[in-house]
Amino acid sequence: MTAALTARGLEKRYGSTVALGGVDLEVGEGELVGLLGPNGAGKSTLVKIACGLVRPTRGEAVVGGARAGSRDAKRRLGYLAELFRFPGWYSADELLDLHQRLAGSSGGLQERTELLELVGLGEARDRRVEQMSKGMQQRLGLAQALVGSPPLLLLDEPTSALDPVGRRTVRLLLEELQKRGTSVLLNSHLLSEVELVCDRVLILLRGKVVTQGSPAQLSRPRGIEIETDEGTALHEGTREDVPRLVAELVAAGRQVYGVRVLTSTLEDTYLEAVGGETS
Amino acid sequence: MSAIPIIVGYGLREALRRKVFTVVLLLTAGFLFLYWLANHYLFRDLSHIGAPNGIDARGFAGATMFGLAMFATLFLGVVLAVFLTLGAVRGDAERGLLQPLVVRPIDRPTLLFARWLGAVTVCTPYVAGVYAAGMVITGLTGHWWPDHIVVPAIELAAGVALIAALSLLGSVFLTATANGIAIFMVFGAGLVAGLLGTIGHGLNSPTLKHAAVVAAYIVPFEALYQDALHEITATTTGLTGFLLELGPFGGAFIHGTGVRLWSIAYIVVVGLVAALAFSRRDL
Repeated sequence: MTAALTARGLEKRYGSTVALGGVDLEVGEGELVGLLGPNGAGKSTLVKIACGLVRPTRGEAVVGGARAGSRDAKRRLGYLAELFRFPGWYSADELLDLHQRLAGSSGGLQERTELLELVGLGEARDRRVEQMSKGMQQRLGLAQALVGSPPLLLLDEPTSALDPVGRRTVRLLLEELQKRGTSVLLNSHLLSEVELVCDRVLILLRGKVVTQGSPAQLSRPRGIEIETDEGTALHEGTREDVPRLVAELVAAGRQVYGVRVLTSTLEDTYLEAVGGETS
Repeated sequence: MSAIPIIVGYGLREALRRKVFTVVLLLTAGFLFLYWLANHYLFRDLSHIGAPNGIDARGFAGATMFGLAMFATLFLGVVLAVFLTLGAVRGDAERGLLQPLVVRPIDRPTLLFARWLGAVTVCTPYVAGVYAAGMVITGLTGHWWPDHIVVPAIELAAGVALIAALSLLGSVFLTATANGIAIFMVFGAGLVAGLLGTIGHGLNSPTLKHAAVVAAYIVPFEALYQDALHEITATTTGLTGFLLELGPFGGAFIHGTGVRLWSIAYIVVVGLVAALAFSRRDL
């Protein structure tokens, strides 16, 4: 089965600055992969190479079997840039119509209506972009990326301008896309968001992948907190050890009031991986 | 469906919204009114002027005035072409407008060609229209008509198309403001080349004449303008014909098929270089 996106030994240099220092990545069909890392880690560069906006210095990126940047590759992806702007004089409907024609989508009015409903802009189809809030424009950007139902979606900070309700809308949208089998590469600073929706997470630091795995794999056990009549105590072990520990305490005459399995959060793993680096 | 008409429409709508057309049409209306006024007074007083022997006063005045109108037509066409194209690549990329288009299944050279075609689609009829209006004003007020009508119009339009190509090439490397300044400086250089040629011919200096010819070939819109000037008085002979070679903004010293072929080749080369540079540019 062909992966939705494959990167092999991807390098990008801007003069003496190394933006990417040999990244290998694979996004499978229907997989939702999160990219994490501090500013300047190379996340946006990686996404831009995948959609053909930036040429790699070395290595290659392949989208659904086609070289990144080629027409065939572009037909298979939708992209939302971190910093983008749509011409202010287009209405939401006209903008989607423009992108339908450019993408060769035959979805017509029905697709536009569905997409606007999906991102919560059903009532704003005739509103001009210049009359929209930043959050609405961001959601319109998402609808634009979904034109033509591309099998791969590249999202660069899709929730950066959204309020909590807007973020929830995007999260639900990502879950819906997952059900439909759309592959997503999500670049985000919001760890909680990534933790909630992603199948797999990659943490980039100075252009290299330093950690990767599923959110569950990256959340390591930190012990079991048990509250008894003698107070709260921390015991070593994992979720599987809970029945045994409780049984031992009860057998010893203790009254057990509460049990909590402690795991490190993705945030702990992230901070450990990047060593507190930011820029 | 080809992406070219879609991008052409996108570019034109952008220009319409930025009020480029409004500004240029107002400038044009102002120019044509002043031009009519100048023609009206010039030809009204022409009968009182005692022209030197061998000079056809009406032909000299008509050709000189219309040569001036052709320069203004070229200038206004260049303003329009530059404003339609100056931020097409780097300017739009910096504003985040270009990226959503480039990731669509369109080749970058196609995108650039469509932007050029959009500019030419607007500029060509505009130049033809202003040229025709100037000719009609001179014809009706002064009863003077150019020897050739169609070829000079095509050459002026081609000069503007060439400037649009240069502006698109510049937009790959320069910000919109820097590109606009650069293109108008190049246009100014063409004007200087023409004036240099006029001085060279006036002083009969082979060095100056040679320098002017080389400069006009480097910026061929100037060579096309000179050829267009030559065409409007192609059959005018004698002292009047000689004096008309010393046009109002540079002479009509460079002309012929060679200039036209060179201009076509120039547009093709500039287009190819722009397409190659755009294809290699990170956005």
